[in-house]
Amino acid sequence: MSGSDSEKQTKGATEGKVEEKAAVEVVEKMIPVYIMGKRYEVPEGLTIMKAMEYAGFKFIRGCGCRGGICGACATVYRKPGDYHLYVGLACQTVVEPNMYLAQIPFYPANRASYNFDELKPEPEEIFKLYPEVFRCVACNTCTKVCPMNVEVMDVIAAIKRGDIAKAAALSFDCIQCGLCASRCMGELPQYHIAQLARRLYGSKIAPRAEHLSDAVTAIEEGKFNKMLQELMRLGIEDLKILYQARELEPEMTGEDWQPADKSHLVE
Amino acid sequence: MRISYYPGCTLKTKSKNLEDSALASMAALGVELVELQRWNCCGTVYSLADDDLVHHLAPLRNLIRAKEEGNSKVVTLCAFCYNTLQRANLLVRNDPEKRKTINSFMDEEEDYEGEVEVVHLLQVLRDDVGWEKLYEQIKLPLKGLKLAPYYGCTLLRPEEAAIDHVEQPTILLELLQTLGAEVVDFPAAAKCCGSYQIVSNPEFVVDCASNILSSALRCGAEVLVTSCPLCDFNLSQMQGELAHRDSEFREMPILYFTQLLALSLGLGPEACRFDLNYIDPRPLLKSKGLLNEKHVTAAKG
Amino acid sequence: MITISSKKRRSEFAEKLKEIGGESMSLCYQCGQCSATCPMSFAMDIPPRQIIHLVQLGLEQEIATSKTMWVCASCFECSARCPRGVDIAKIMEVLRLMTLRKSIDHVKLSDIPQDRLAELPQIALVSCLRKLTA
Repeated sequence: MSGSDSEKQTKGATEGKVEEKAAVEVVEKMIPVYIMGKRYEVPEGLTIMKAMEYAGFKFIRGCGCRGGICGACATVYRKPGDYHLYVGLACQTVVEPNMYLAQIPFYPANRASYNFDELKPEPEEIFKLYPEVFRCVACNTCTKVCPMNVEVMDVIAAIKRGDIAKAAALSFDCIQCGLCASRCMGELPQYHIAQLARRLYGSKIAPRAEHLSDAVTAIEEGKFNKMLQELMRLGIEDLKILYQARELEPEMTGEDWQPADKSHLVE
Repeated sequence: MRISYYPGCTLKTKSKNLEDSALASMAALGVELVELQRWNCCGTVYSLADDDLVHHLAPLRNLIRAKEEGNSKVVTLCAFCYNTLQRANLLVRNDPEKRKTINSFMDEEEDYEGEVEVVHLLQVLRDDVGWEKLYEQIKLPLKGLKLAPYYGCTLLRPEEAAIDHVEQPTILLELLQTLGAEVVDFPAAAKCCGSYQIVSNPEFVVDCASNILSSALRCGAEVLVTSCPLCDFNLSQMQGELAHRDSEFREMPILYFTQLLALSLGLGPEACRFDLNYIDPRPLLKSKGLLNEKHVTAAKG
Repeated sequence: MITISSKKRRSEFAEKLKEIGGESMSLCYQCGQCSATCPMSFAMDIPPRQIIHLVQLGLEQEIATSKTMWVCASCFECSARCPRGVDIAKIMEVLRLMTLRKSIDHVKLSDIPQDRLAELPQIALVSCLRKLTA
């Protein structure tokens, strides 16, 4: 991951391109980006993550899912002549000329210790574990720095007024990257607080899916055993025939559609 | 009539009685309080330092929300919220330099220049409903109930934000008399309850509460009427300690003015949410004949 | 022993104080209305009137060791009653900020027991943290 290697690599890459040009008509445009304060030329169209690897950096640990959901590659960057602080996920964001990049792999944030089973589905439980939530001044810096466009300030506002359900809904897209906590004036760990709200909501507040528990009960009671055993006795040709002949739910139909053969429905 | 309404955090949890009784009674008076669709904590206190701007963002954001929803006025119930929103609004109206800096920082919001008016529900009752019209709607006059109107700090100070005369306010007196009660004025009506010191130095809040409650008791009050969740909490919580110190101390229920309003409009005790009051007022109200079934059904009939 | 000097009156402390909101202190003529009306003066080691005098003289040390500004409840009675228009409540806040802005908290959240955190209404916690923490 040293700087001197990258210059050689970039040069090598350009030379390689000159050869390739004969074989492939595509000309790759190179644009400058700044990684760790140093200037590198990278091909246009790469994501930040690929561009960094192109420049010679190697991600050897914790570099994530590369699919935009784990939050490990949160990147902060600036553009020349612009005071605004931009954010994006390195694995998803495409490079732009003169991006000034910085990775935030981890930011220390207070994570309360609790026994989840003992918690009641009440806002006071969150107030007890994260009393710093009351230090929020609604500056909105957290929302501005969120790479997933979560309205972080509104999540905290909902928690302050005891609305766990709203906080859970608003923070659904959170990928726990920690950028909000890194910029927070009040030193709140918003992503940990929001996670507790989501856990309380999902586990203790959200209504139970009754049809799901009914289905599980039916299975446990053996309602489908006979049917399954019959299917298991059939040979592959008979299975194919049955499969082709199965009744399909029509594409555009109402919720009350029922199949002709109701023997395998859960009542 | 519809007025945009800013609740404040505490009214959604521990002081739900203030919100519920207000919404119910205003609806009965033909005024719909429409909660802002999106709002955040106002910050509770107004920042006093001249160079501090960031603490004004919280209250101003709520006023921007009111503006975005097309409202020219927003009403609050919590006296603390009222004071903070009002003073932030006045700052933006009167200081062009700070207004410019704040608007430029909040680049994700539309510019705000103080277009929205901030009012407290007492002002709405006095100015938009009117005491005479209110009087006509009273189904259950609060006869025989001796009420002490307690203003606390934030409704009257500083003068620029006051809803009434700073030294001799009458707005609560006028309201409570309209409701048919006997109003007991007492010297400590605008004395501080101890405010946030309940967290840091609760032992001093005992003295503040003692001063206010004993003053009201000596003047013959049976109930203290307030508009602030913090005053409610401080003055209620301390009564246990006061009774412990002084054998002659008599417990005094603290009620929000909206609860008394709802009761006198004949909406019944459920609408008043007495279940959430720290000191249950129902035994006292029952002894005054204000919770009789007869009154409730007559009112609803 | 307290040393009063023009050097202290024009010190950095005095200048900063005036800059962020303490300028009205020069109007004070020590009548004592503020101390008389303050609901928390019983708990203060140095009453408000004396604090303003110390502020006028730029006596940073004597003020710093006092409990007064931390016991103040920001009720504004002092400022409302002052016959000269001195904003004592604002000066108290500025004095608090001179310490708080050095990242020195007066109240520590970790000192508040959990069941107290559950019992206190949000309004109490938010206002306490705003006034007494950095």
